[in-house]
Amino acid sequence: MGVLVDETTRVLVQGITGREGGFHARACVAYGTNVVAGVTPGRGGTMFDDTVPVFNSVEEAVAATQANMCLIFVPPAFAPDAISESADAGIPLIACITEGIPIQDMVKVYRYIENKPTRLIGPNCPGLITPGAKCKIGIMPGSIHLPGRVGVLSRSGTLTYEAVGQLTALNLGQSTCVGIGGDQIIGTNFVDVLRLFDEDPDTDAVVMIGEIGGTMEQDAAAFIKSDFSKPIAALVVGASAPPGKRMGHAGAIITGESARAEFKIAALKDAGAWIIPTPADIGSTAQEMLRSKGLIT
Amino acid sequence: MNIHEFQSKEVFARYGIPVPRGIVASTPAEAKAATQELGGQSVVKAQIHAGGRGKAGGVQLVRSPEEAEEAAQRMLASNLVTPQTGPEGAPVQKVLIEELADIKQELYVALTIDRSHHGPALLVSTKGGMNIEEVAANNPEDIHTEPVDPLSGLMPFQTRRLVRKLGLDQDVAGDAAKVLSALYRLFVENDCTLVEINPLIITGDGRVLALDAKINLDDDSMFRHADLLEYRDISQEDPLEAQASDLDIAYVNLDGDVGCLVNGAGLAMATLDVTNAAGAAPANFLDVGGGATPEKVASAVKIILSDAKVRRVLVNIFGGILRCDIAGEGIVLAYKETGSKIPLVVRMLGTNVVEGKEILSTSGLPVTFVDTLTGAAEAIKNLDV
Repeated sequence: MGVLVDETTRVLVQGITGREGGFHARACVAYGTNVVAGVTPGRGGTMFDDTVPVFNSVEEAVAATQANMCLIFVPPAFAPDAISESADAGIPLIACITEGIPIQDMVKVYRYIENKPTRLIGPNCPGLITPGAKCKIGIMPGSIHLPGRVGVLSRSGTLTYEAVGQLTALNLGQSTCVGIGGDQIIGTNFVDVLRLFDEDPDTDAVVMIGEIGGTMEQDAAAFIKSDFSKPIAALVVGASAPPGKRMGHAGAIITGESARAEFKIAALKDAGAWIIPTPADIGSTAQEMLRSKGLIT
Repeated sequence: MNIHEFQSKEVFARYGIPVPRGIVASTPAEAKAATQELGGQSVVKAQIHAGGRGKAGGVQLVRSPEEAEEAAQRMLASNLVTPQTGPEGAPVQKVLIEELADIKQELYVALTIDRSHHGPALLVSTKGGMNIEEVAANNPEDIHTEPVDPLSGLMPFQTRRLVRKLGLDQDVAGDAAKVLSALYRLFVENDCTLVEINPLIITGDGRVLALDAKINLDDDSMFRHADLLEYRDISQEDPLEAQASDLDIAYVNLDGDVGCLVNGAGLAMATLDVTNAAGAAPANFLDVGGGATPEKVASAVKIILSDAKVRRVLVNIFGGILRCDIAGEGIVLAYKETGSKIPLVVRMLGTNVVEGKEILSTSGLPVTFVDTLTGAAEAIKNLDV
């Protein structure tokens, strides 16, 4: 059911004893997620909320609880170590919520995990959720989700909730929603998740939300054109953002004009995606697309 | 964070990258004395955080100390407007007085993070001293890119390859290679997002010299670079943007009259797009961030309210890591402290939304509640008086 996470997912939370980690671990448990362990160095042997055992290391937590996914809430200075520790312990899937990790730390983490059997979602992401399996691993509000057959994929956190909110309001449920993260260096890109959605028998169609910067949307467009078999609706935000505010000179040379919204939209349109005209039209465009393909009535 | 050319050259010198002899001046008299000291001729360079200075009159070759004084007088008296500054320009509080260089050849060198290979990349070109974006657009074959593995670092064979591609004479190749490897060390040790030398020159007597220097630092790394924080020059930043950045709030000042309070960068961009589509113009981009306290939200609202062009406020909060009740408390706090009467359109969804709306509806603030983005756009249009 869905992609990446389902009822067999056993979650370990790094940073469970912190304020944010604790709050959101509790919300995940309340949604139905199987949170089996917490890790905070120096706090091993204690219990979180009397129900979740806390360990000093990921290695010990995995040995004792067979955790197969890690959710990370530790501060930016320590998050690179936390990601690497989970990868070293053989955890196959990691979602890192932490925002503000220095980019030069992330490029090293990327190399460290590159050849390990670990998939990293994020960092600077909301996590992922498969509503039909009651499995929420991240910071998204669980209540807006509805089990169903539309895959949702986005670089943004709150804009993913916006997309989900609009879909649910039209009774269009979601198979899995994945926020891949807003940083420049992230572990999983659009194409990686599109490939999974394409193979997933429980996903009929996809809503993808891109934004300005980089060329990930163009990569997705190329994949959609050649290899993606399901209907997809796409939105690219940031058309009205002032150019050059956050991008350095040489970065602009590498990505150039293609980082702008209009070029991304053109590429996705050319690939056959349904273009969502404004952020207010996510649900209605998806509905129109599903209707025209005979997937809803 | 951006720093000035003269500061970048201080950092260069610490890493053994040769720079021209230079003296920083804050007054025309200092510029005159500096030129005297450098032998009576110099280049006077306005110090601002933006490129495109040459064509805008911010770089001037002078043949006498008096001429230097005049040039400095002109530059220090007004804002310098370049294609990168916006119409109001950037204030010039310092000029860099440098010795003249005998330029035989101009090169381009830069280091940045290349997203496509998830690591640093070193860029070189023989088309130095030009607008490199134009070179990239028209003659991309003239720019050579060398991806670097961050775990092994820049290897000597890579610097040799780049020097070869630049076609440098044997007698300067060694010095150029040294500059490239020093630049990489500088890039890593100072958590740069960009280091650029345009131009790196070869002098008539065969020396390699960084004639210009640009360094951008990673804001997320500043917790481990207290020394570099001293290089910050607030005069070069938009005052509201500087205030926001001190509070760790992502804020960009825009031209319209709709103040926007949003959580999440993507939703904030979407809010701008929807506002524009409704025929209204946003006054700002603002992402208050996750994990905010009521005080932080209040600070963000106060920044919006202190912006004279704001006539209406659009709040778009989708509670996740930031809860709606916290956002509500912060908004009320800011309006109470400022006594503002500016009307708000509020859209709240997600975590603790009931509590958040309750706080606002009992506060007495001029709030219009909406449920959808379409509704938000309509309500903002209706507030247009």
